[in-house]
Amino acid sequence: MQTIFEKSVLGRSQYQLPVAIAAEIELGEGMTRSMLDLPEVSELDIVRHYTALSQRSFGVDTGFYPLGSCTMKYNPRINEAMAGLKEFAQFHPWQDDADSQGTLELIYRTQEYLTEVTGFPGLTLEPAAGAHGELTAVMMMKAYHLDRNDTQRRKMLIPDSAHGTNPATAAMCGFDTVEVPSDAQGGVDLEKLKAVLDEKTVGMMLTIPNTLGLFDRNILEISKLLHEKGALLYMDGANLNAILGAVKPAKMGVDVMHINLHKTFSTPHGGGGPGGGFVGCVSSLVPYLPAQRIVKDGDSFRLDFSAPKSIGRVRAFYSNFGVIVRAYTYMLRLGKEGTKRIGRYAVLNANYIKARLKDFYNIPFQQHCMHEVVFNDEKQTQYHITTMDIAKRLIDFGYHPPTIYFPLIVHGSLMVEPTETESKETLDEFIDAMMKIAEEAKVTPELLQRAPHSAAVKRVDSVKAARNPVVVCNTCCT
Amino acid sequence: MPYIPHTKRDTEEMLKAIGINQIEDLFEAVPSDLLEMNEFNLPAGFSEQETRQHVSGIAAKNWTAEASFLGGGFYHHYIPEHVTNLGTRSEFFTAYTPYQPEISQGILQAIFEYQTMIVRLTGLDATNASMYDGSSATGETCLMAANITDRKKILVARSVHPQYREVMRTYCNGKGLIMEEVPFDMSSGQVDAAALGSSLTEEIAGIFVQSPNFFGVVENMKELSDMAHEKGAVSVQIITEALSLGILTPPGKNNVDIAVGEGQSFGIPVSGGGPSFGFLACVEKYIRKLPGRIVGETVDEDGKKAYVLTLQAREQHIRREKASSNICTNQTLFAIRALIYLATLGKKLRDLALLNHSHSLAFQKMLSEKGLRRVFSKPFFNEFVVDGCDTLLLQKLKEQRIAGGLPLKRFYPELKNSLLVCVTEMITKDDMEKYLREFLFIKEAPLRSA
Ligand SMILES: Cc1ncc(COP(=O)(O)O)c(C=O)c1O
Repeated sequence: MQTIFEKSVLGRSQYQLPVAIAAEIELGEGMTRSMLDLPEVSELDIVRHYTALSQRSFGVDTGFYPLGSCTMKYNPRINEAMAGLKEFAQFHPWQDDADSQGTLELIYRTQEYLTEVTGFPGLTLEPAAGAHGELTAVMMMKAYHLDRNDTQRRKMLIPDSAHGTNPATAAMCGFDTVEVPSDAQGGVDLEKLKAVLDEKTVGMMLTIPNTLGLFDRNILEISKLLHEKGALLYMDGANLNAILGAVKPAKMGVDVMHINLHKTFSTPHGGGGPGGGFVGCVSSLVPYLPAQRIVKDGDSFRLDFSAPKSIGRVRAFYSNFGVIVRAYTYMLRLGKEGTKRIGRYAVLNANYIKARLKDFYNIPFQQHCMHEVVFNDEKQTQYHITTMDIAKRLIDFGYHPPTIYFPLIVHGSLMVEPTETESKETLDEFIDAMMKIAEEAKVTPELLQRAPHSAAVKRVDSVKAARNPVVVCNTCCT
Repeated sequence: MPYIPHTKRDTEEMLKAIGINQIEDLFEAVPSDLLEMNEFNLPAGFSEQETRQHVSGIAAKNWTAEASFLGGGFYHHYIPEHVTNLGTRSEFFTAYTPYQPEISQGILQAIFEYQTMIVRLTGLDATNASMYDGSSATGETCLMAANITDRKKILVARSVHPQYREVMRTYCNGKGLIMEEVPFDMSSGQVDAAALGSSLTEEIAGIFVQSPNFFGVVENMKELSDMAHEKGAVSVQIITEALSLGILTPPGKNNVDIAVGEGQSFGIPVSGGGPSFGFLACVEKYIRKLPGRIVGETVDEDGKKAYVLTLQAREQHIRREKASSNICTNQTLFAIRALIYLATLGKKLRDLALLNHSHSLAFQKMLSEKGLRRVFSKPFFNEFVVDGCDTLLLQKLKEQRIAGGLPLKRFYPELKNSLLVCVTEMITKDDMEKYLREFLFIKEAPLRSA
């Protein structure tokens, strides 16, 4: 498909500005640009072009999207409508507190809900996404230790199953990462943990449940070991959906955690964002939370900045406020009964898929999974079929492929996360497709190796893209 | 139950297929005293109708201006209807990051087009698929500058948005970088070039200057960039009013190495400060130091043009602790919306930028005639600082549903009676006249009572 630049025709632009009431300028020689190489297209061309691009995309609304670690649940439309309310959409972030009561109250109430479901007394909604929450949390851990004059702690322990953002975050805070191997059951290897854990340890970044979709049965032992050495337990809460309403993170000995509002709390992923981040912490870490806090005085709300030990600010203004509105709207709809069911039904759906596909695809870990199930291609290797082939073939059946080749510790992993919003019929159809693909792997392997057959393009050459990067269109519009 | 479609029978059949009796059995790995069996202390769930009433009730507690002269990093601009309409198509907003290129060509192409727009606007060579916002993107740029130069000190102009400076400080503290502030000139409103020059040693990784700066004043980016380069530092231009790119000399032409900023002006509502998106563009030689996703053009197996996420050897999922950043999710949906906005305005973006400039200049002159003095002498884009304002004026304007501007005292004690006033195309002649009327009313009040 042509780009918008290739569709440009000189003189075509129809855009009309309001009538000018003044024309004087004070921008002198050398201050202004002479050329603006932007396209000229009609409004209808724009509508068709971007409608076409949207149709060459796949969202939760298009079909089942079992992308592991991403919690692609339904994005309720009421959330969008509430974020679009005039009083929110047109709310300027520099309005003073008295003029911002609605915004402050909404954030405050969202925090109250999150305190109740996570068990953490301290929290912030300032981070703009999961990784931003990680950064906030790890900075808080750093500030906590430094505040105790505990300056030698430089080691961050990270399981080998962790998401890449964990080690990348630790590095952004100047820490050295130490990888902790997993044991045969997919949990943290306690002996190996003990071997690296010492007084130089900042803490551990643990995803709960982990990226294998497993709940580490030694969690209380792990937090105890860390605390004995003065280290902190950080929980990557990207997988909170598995335990929302079933386990309160604070009770596990977690000191600080992040949540992705765009996963557990149903805000749309937007093709790669926006997200929303939340960081919750125990009381000993409260002083280090970002400085901007919302305080309730009687019936009114105000911003408070009196936190001298705070790490400061991680994001201007009220962060991704519109995302917070969406999450709050969802929380209201769930209420106490709904909240309790989220984790349970997410876990039920994943285990149902696991049970029905266990004879068709290899499952590296036998324990009941949580909200997602990790398979791999071990049973298909004999037919020269890889996880990539299976994933691409699923496209032909109308599905978005699962997460593939992550976590790194499972060879050829294929990670399926159905979420609680999918019905049994949807799961059954997906299971049928997966069974069919397992059969095709045996009898018509080339069908898989050449898949997808139905998409806009065949498999793309990423090596070429990286070797000779073309990152902008070079069609000139002047 | 909202959003959970299981009937009782579904659940029973599923439990049976798994071979268990109740859902809780699946949580057998959870230590038993951790499993929450009690009710949460939360209200019962609301119907959609009740939800709408409740949230609308909270929203109504925000004061909403009919005319707003507030800028300072977020701007009220007109958003064409089709931009909102296309930008909220659900194939875009319910998708994840385009990891699977074959079924994500639409989003990938949109990001590719967005990258092209940003590169053309900034006059630089490369950019990524977006950042969270301008402030955090600027924080990341501190790390990027340190990484490029292998130096540990950042110089930032005090005329940079105060919250951006706070975020920069947080990122610098995290990484162990030192951030030093450079004063601005009280008469021009630009960064004090002499002071910058004396702080600019061979230890400096980068200079961070906002232009137009927090006072709306345009900086001499070329001169400053050349000073930075002489000492081996990178020159970073921060931009919070992206519309200024429509008329002002692009960063690339001023020898700027990295342009970073906020894209909200391009078709995105102010919404309390987000979600919108940050942009980060650089010269060719730093492309492999960029954080985040980048889309590149390539071909598929049949040789057909295709797009894919590329240069991933910078990113956290490949490089882990050696990645250029930890960013994963960004703000793609709003980058796409900005793209559609920019495609709509096209070359008219220049006219819109000029209109913003002329209207703000005209209003500044009207105010100055009546006695509200302009504080800084150098040219501004669409916001400016006036002196002689008091809280009574803002109060009176508020009664007329006008947000009169941003008092600067809390960020700059030396600017104690100053107000930052922004005029975009949303401000009508009528709004300006109302503003003046209120001002004159207050000014003349003492005379009346005498
Ligand atoms: C386990 C885990 N941690 C962290 C992240 C990062 O979250 P975000 O993309 O919101 O920055 C993800 C997202 O994919 C994840 O799956």
